[in-house]
Amino acid sequence: MFGNLTDQFSNALKKLSGKGKISESNVREAMDDVRTALLEADVHYEVVEQFCENIQQKALGEEVLASLKPGQQMIKIVHDELVATMSGVPVGQEADEFEAQPGIMFVSPGPTVVMMSGLQGSGKTTTTGKLAAVLKKQGKKVMVAAADLQRPAAVHQLEVLANQVNEEFDKGPDVLFHAELDKVAEYGKAVGAAVTVCRNAVAKARQEKCDVVILDTAGRLHVNDELMGELRQVQSAVQPHQILLVIDAMTGQDAVNSAKAFNSQLELDGVILTKFDSDTRGGAALSVRQITGKPIKYLGVGEHLDALEEFHPERISSRILGMGDVVSLVEKAQQQVSEEEALELQEKMAKGKMTMDDFLNQLNMMRKMGSMKSLLGMLPGIGNQIAQMDIDDKEINRTEAIIKSMTKKERTDVDLLDNSRRRRISQGSGTKPADVAQLVKGFDMVSQMGKQMSGMGMLSKLKAMSGMGNAMGAGMDPRAMMGGMGGMGKAPKKPSFKQKFKQRKKRR
Amino acid sequence: MGLFKSAFNKIKQGLDKTRSVFVNEVRTILSGKPLSKELLKQLEARMIQSDFGVKTSRELVADIEAAWERDEISTGDHALAFLKDQLNAYWPAEDRSLHFADSGPTIILVAGINGAGKTTSIAKIAKSLRDQNKKVMLAACDTFRAAAVQQLEIWSERLGVEVIKGQQGGDPAAVAFDACEAALSRGVDVLLIDTAGRLHTQKHLMDQLSKIKRVIQKKFPEAPHEVILVLDATTGQNAVNQASVFAQSIDVSGIFLAKLDGTARGGIVVAIREVLGIPVKFIGVGETPDDVEPFVPDKFVEAMFSA
Repeated sequence: MFGNLTDQFSNALKKLSGKGKISESNVREAMDDVRTALLEADVHYEVVEQFCENIQQKALGEEVLASLKPGQQMIKIVHDELVATMSGVPVGQEADEFEAQPGIMFVSPGPTVVMMSGLQGSGKTTTTGKLAAVLKKQGKKVMVAAADLQRPAAVHQLEVLANQVNEEFDKGPDVLFHAELDKVAEYGKAVGAAVTVCRNAVAKARQEKCDVVILDTAGRLHVNDELMGELRQVQSAVQPHQILLVIDAMTGQDAVNSAKAFNSQLELDGVILTKFDSDTRGGAALSVRQITGKPIKYLGVGEHLDALEEFHPERISSRILGMGDVVSLVEKAQQQVSEEEALELQEKMAKGKMTMDDFLNQLNMMRKMGSMKSLLGMLPGIGNQIAQMDIDDKEINRTEAIIKSMTKKERTDVDLLDNSRRRRISQGSGTKPADVAQLVKGFDMVSQMGKQMSGMGMLSKLKAMSGMGNAMGAGMDPRAMMGGMGGMGKAPKKPSFKQKFKQRKKRR
Repeated sequence: MGLFKSAFNKIKQGLDKTRSVFVNEVRTILSGKPLSKELLKQLEARMIQSDFGVKTSRELVADIEAAWERDEISTGDHALAFLKDQLNAYWPAEDRSLHFADSGPTIILVAGINGAGKTTSIAKIAKSLRDQNKKVMLAACDTFRAAAVQQLEIWSERLGVEVIKGQQGGDPAAVAFDACEAALSRGVDVLLIDTAGRLHTQKHLMDQLSKIKRVIQKKFPEAPHEVILVLDATTGQNAVNQASVFAQSIDVSGIFLAKLDGTARGGIVVAIREVLGIPVKFIGVGETPDDVEPFVPDKFVEAMFSA
């Protein structure tokens, strides 16, 4: 995410940060690099111009030239300006309450009517499912309504998604599904029918005392007057409280045009950027906010139903500049583990009593948090490195298979695992004996580290984790890593000099 | 090639918006004015805003500037003609028609990222082939996305062609294999294989795609005869990344540039051509199964720049 932009920025700013004192031409040179980087990232041309203009003025002012550390001062200016562009709040001003609140605003009494809109293929239906999951987890009673009557099987897709949400997330009331199959028609033949479906859905949601009803409309081009007219009809018929535009994060310069058109026709309340887990440089994030003035509410970051993140301009800006995003990571972990569970595990680890079952639980928790790559990408300093790495999420599946091939006794006492047992386990799990050995080694390491780190504070743990990230970049075994990351923060320290010495001796 | 009806008007129609934004502005910028540094800078800015990419735009403008310095051109109108020639040179004559198997069924594998427009594009190709009196079969190998199989099924009913499908959550490679067997035994001319949308950054999903290709080759060593990558024409510079990763994993033979009827400027086509050399074989210019055209570069460029 934002990988390349970060690299480009690092390069541009490196030129500055090495210098004790910078001249005006230094600043201009760096600004040229920043400008190219932003354009290659698909940031809209006009936004780039404005952005660079602002920075250059500040950088050329007393602030940087007189500063003791001009490079750092410059990074701060770029960072602040990025945040300002993406939050719409000028540098030095506080966001007002509404702007500062990400996500959906609820009305009372309900139902809060949310309308999704966007181009074909931007990800409206999938995002509707994800949003329903987010709200369900917050304890809201949600209804999703299939108002896409054009794309073949779109109605069925939403129904399947609603069922999946109900199966996968226990918390909160079940998501309801509204559809009127008799109104489905071929392209261009169902114009107007969506208005009835939406009206009926809202009425039904009111009857069922739903907190939120999400209307999934058909994809349409912003230059198609007839279909844009249909959206306006829906708008005036049901008066949605929130109209969200779904935009593909990989969109080029045109993102701004479609956002502008939808905004002027519908008065958008916010934007959801999808497919943000690709290697797009994500310029759309920067420009859509600037051009429409509407906040980005969520980011779609994966294929699974829980892959929807709240958008925080601060954090994304930090990520662009390669500062990492530890806060998101900690938040993700907190969603998965209750405090008691974490404490219990910590105690076990401190006493060296962690079992393979605990280990497996941690792996499963990690799996729920997202792909390894997206998790590691949030750690400071390693965002650039992981872009080139192959991290196979199937590794977790393999590890699970190995642990599940162990007997209960073996899982609580790893010392039992002699060669014969290991052979049996490897056969049972379809892996090589070396894989089993590696897992045991990784497990040992994690439980050792658990004991060592039990006394550390949160901050040192996070620091230790970022060290671990670097170790990962240097080719450390991911399996040992995963154990370390599970349980948040109970991670291995870098080996001390003595340990390294011992290892070297062993190798000889 | 007779596979599709005459293309020119349709492309023009599809590119209407492109023309209205790009050409009109290019014309306003260039027409009736002597060349100047400022003029070239404006042209470069317009090209970047049309998704040509920074590098390609700068190179094209640098070429114009060089010609200007050599006194070969002196006005904005010259520059426009020069730019057209330059763009035409990006597309040398080459085989942009579909390759068919010498004997037995022709296998066409279709891939792309989520939401690019694969299924609709397949329906378009299927319809044009069916209209050529070819016996077409579809294989619904998107077993991941909810209702993707149903989506293709509905198209097969509308078009009156057969579809081979798997269970949601099933192994897509197995479905592809079954479809290959069915295509052979039922004497099908063309088998179109639909795959699940996948981001090119998801290594395991790209591996799955290579596996589908390998499995097809178990049945037909020469297959797939075409590997079509569907690209959303509104995509920015990331389209080049997409194309190169897909090309690495399944050796893409042609691009279907979908959704060119919107406001997409089509500039990305130039960058992809330059970096990867993969020909664009079709363009999608609307929502109905008839809205497909073969890609004809000089007509495409002509349509882009005609007033």
